[in-house]
Amino acid sequence: MKTNNVLLHTLSRVVTLIILIFSVYLFFAGHNNPGGGFIGGLMTASALMLMYLTFDFSKIKKALPINFTSFIAAGLLFAIGTGFASTLFGFPYLTQFFDYYQLPILGEVELTTALPFDLGVYLVVVGIALTIILTIAEDDK
Amino acid sequence: MNASVMSEVIASILILIGTALSLLSAFGLIRLPDLYTRSHAATKSATLGVLCVLLGTFFYFWLAEGFLSIRLLLGIFFVFLTAPVAGHLICRAAYRSKVELTKETVQDDLKEVLEKGEKGRA
Repeated sequence: MKTNNVLLHTLSRVVTLIILIFSVYLFFAGHNNPGGGFIGGLMTASALMLMYLTFDFSKIKKALPINFTSFIAAGLLFAIGTGFASTLFGFPYLTQFFDYYQLPILGEVELTTALPFDLGVYLVVVGIALTIILTIAEDDK
Repeated sequence: MNASVMSEVIASILILIGTALSLLSAFGLIRLPDLYTRSHAATKSATLGVLCVLLGTFFYFWLAEGFLSIRLLLGIFFVFLTAPVAGHLICRAAYRSKVELTKETVQDDLKEVLEKGEKGRA
């Protein structure tokens, strides 16, 4: 039976936006507060899952033509790349650097090389979670 | 009355109200006869209870420690938005899988509409 649930459709548009913003917040808060790449990636994956649950699978496939398997490869490359970047300057593998910068709007910001590594974790988590769930969802074809 | 006493009074009143409402909603879950009345008890009073507890926490940290937690406000907004819709979805799924209404039911308008829709499709 084809149903038309306007309430769910309207709500999930708003809620997905909030969850995506909160996942980005968690990702950046990870250095000094609870949060980080893992939990941020899971939140992003759950926001996308809400879209997949609310709307049709094929519709979201058309709106987001992304192969989430490539996220895993990109994330691993980020993590390995930050590790090898320190060896280029003669430091041991995965040495961490940080410094304080004055950015135009944000003021004084601490930028570290742990952030690209965390971005790698984030991408791997999003990729793996969505690949697992979507593979199971597509199983009946 | 200084700020820390006031913050404790406001926070404790709000948190106590929230706890009492959550307790009432739990009693409603036990006492009410069918799924639809139970979801009426569970979604409304439990949502308001959680909102009161979160608001009490928010006021405590704001007045006592000067920490304005945006996450708590966002949590209030989020629970306020999603909990009724979750109740709506559960009731809708239950009605469409033909969970029976309680015996005291007088009128069921949705039944006629759904039957008409099924006939129109067939």
